Amino acid sequence: MAEDPLLDVRDLKVEFHTFRGVVHALRGVSFHLHRRETLGLAGETGCGKSVTALAILRLISRPGRISHGQIIFEGRDLLTVGEAEMRRLRGSQISMIMQEPKMSLNPVIRVGDQVAETLLIHDHSLTRGTAKTKAVEMLAGLGIPDARRMAERYPHELSGGMAQRIMIAMMLVTRPKLLIADEPTSALDVTIQAQILAVMKTLIHEIDTAVLLITHDLGVMAETADRVAVMYAGSMVEIGPVRAVLKDPQHPYTQGLLKTIPNAVAPDRPLFSIRGTVPSLLQPPIGCAFAPRCERALDRCRSEVPPRYLLEGGRHVACFLHQGCPEVGTQPEPLVRQNEAGRVSSRMA
Amino acid sequence: MADERRHNGQPLLEVTDLRVHFPVREGLLSRARVVVQAVNGVSLALGRGEVFGLVGESGCGKTTLGRAVVGLAPVLSGQIRFAGGNLIGLTGRAAQERARRIQLIFQDPYSSLHPRKTVRDLVGIGLKLHGLATGYEIDEQVLTILEGVGLGLDHLYRYAHEFSGGQRQRIALARALVLKPELLILDEPTSALDVSVQAQILNLLKELRREFNLTYLFISHNLGVVRYMSQRIGVMYLGHIVEMGPTESIFLRSHHPYTRVLLSALPSLDPDAPSQRQVLSGEPPTPINPPPGCPFAPRCPSVQDICCREKPELRQRGEEPTHLCACHFPISNGK
Repeated sequence: MAEDPLLDVRDLKVEFHTFRGVVHALRGVSFHLHRRETLGLAGETGCGKSVTALAILRLISRPGRISHGQIIFEGRDLLTVGEAEMRRLRGSQISMIMQEPKMSLNPVIRVGDQVAETLLIHDHSLTRGTAKTKAVEMLAGLGIPDARRMAERYPHELSGGMAQRIMIAMMLVTRPKLLIADEPTSALDVTIQAQILAVMKTLIHEIDTAVLLITHDLGVMAETADRVAVMYAGSMVEIGPVRAVLKDPQHPYTQGLLKTIPNAVAPDRPLFSIRGTVPSLLQPPIGCAFAPRCERALDRCRSEVPPRYLLEGGRHVACFLHQGCPEVGTQPEPLVRQNEAGRVSSRMA
Repeated sequence: MADERRHNGQPLLEVTDLRVHFPVREGLLSRARVVVQAVNGVSLALGRGEVFGLVGESGCGKTTLGRAVVGLAPVLSGQIRFAGGNLIGLTGRAAQERARRIQLIFQDPYSSLHPRKTVRDLVGIGLKLHGLATGYEIDEQVLTILEGVGLGLDHLYRYAHEFSGGQRQRIALARALVLKPELLILDEPTSALDVSVQAQILNLLKELRREFNLTYLFISHNLGVVRYMSQRIGVMYLGHIVEMGPTESIFLRSHHPYTRVLLSALPSLDPDAPSQRQVLSGEPPTPINPPPGCPFAPRCPSVQDICCREKPELRQRGEEPTHLCACHFPISNGK
């Protein structure tokens, strides 16, 4: 009865061949994204979040390569389609917003023309004039004051928040089915961050797109995502509904990560910190990648890679502490309806 | 902890009505000069052993303020006094002595360490330049301080690129602490780090402060971090301190609408109690042409006529005598 997921990533492996050896950036990542769902991808620098995003768009370039796995988008494996077709999909079906808006905009083209260009590339029936009109409408829809004048500006004349709005307009003007947002608000100030998040949420809802939201900010995650996947050292350690994962994390890494955030901690008590450092992906540990830093590691953790166990509420956790629970292969996680997650729909309204 | 500040009458660092303006040329060819008013009349005092957190968004002048204290920004007017002595316009020996007693830790540990020098040279160079140690003594002192920040002998002859972000920030700390400074200006010391590493560095900073009896001016945009670290907080907006007071008082009973907005933007990790973000319209005005009245007036949700004309002064608004706020219509506390 469950509808097929929009995106189904299966056992994806990406490696980078460097002069120091092979960096195993992704070591068998599997997840699903349903239509109209927002999946948050969390984890620290170098855990493979951005590589996952780039791999989905097939933008991994040498010395990197996708060495294994499937990326099934609307029933088709993206790893087998031709480059011309892939180029058509990028921007029209799958779009990506990068962290640094100013680095992703062309500095010598007026921003309105850059938004219009996206439309022109994917819809040859449009004239330059109508594309420009649509672009201006899009900008106005994003709450940009005086959109017509703003469209005539160059990227360097814009603030960071404004540039990110232009990026969002550019990526959503074609109404893609999947939006990948890689740290869309991390480079922005908090008050601007709040504006951008609000705008993004409204627009995502309006055009019914699914979102893969990459962020290291678990607060942003809590407010935006329906489900969250936590990555560590190139693999996925925990995945489940956002409320469950943040309120009652099951993987020791997720538990540690949540405890390290200084928020309302009593200032007299030292902040929890995970001992040690992230392992090198040149020579990843043999067993569970987190075992060397884990306080509850078993002997088995150091020799075997834990499978994913299925927990109540459709959560997956790759940790031997849950052995005894049924193991899962790569079958889809159950669909979390937005209204099941409760506040998502109510906050949208 | 706040008592440490009070029982020792004289503040360690005292900034009075400081103004830092930068003249810039507008456009590539135009000869018209405009002035960026980065810091516009800031006064604050830090007691010995205190941690003072300075928060605000990019461009609010918090970094410039820190740089002015170490003499890296041109002071237009105002006073900076350190342990009773003047800090502005120092030259020669006096400037060098200031450079030892006040140390600056930068945000980006990737660009603040010389790539071609070993850790021993990076950390030891200060001792040599200040003539505090020679030869073998340098190695000894460097090693002691490295152990103090959680590094050791096997790191001594390595280069910065061999270290992770967190370890680099430890090296930067060692480089500062080896000179036995009294005041540390920490400019976003953990913003470039991941949260798990950030926690390690924050804990280390707390330990070091106790161990070496240090005073911190802690600059950050991250309210959670500032709350964890500081005893007092100053909130900056467009070159002004708009609110200042004991940490808990600021967090629980803030009077300024801007502080309220910042606090509401603190992400909540509890999906059942999402943060009630107040979304502000507009962006911070540029410090080139600041508004004549209250700097926050153009974006303030509860702005009145007087706010656009008269600059509100920073003074006590609630019951807490050390909690100051610059607002014509401070939010009273019953929430």
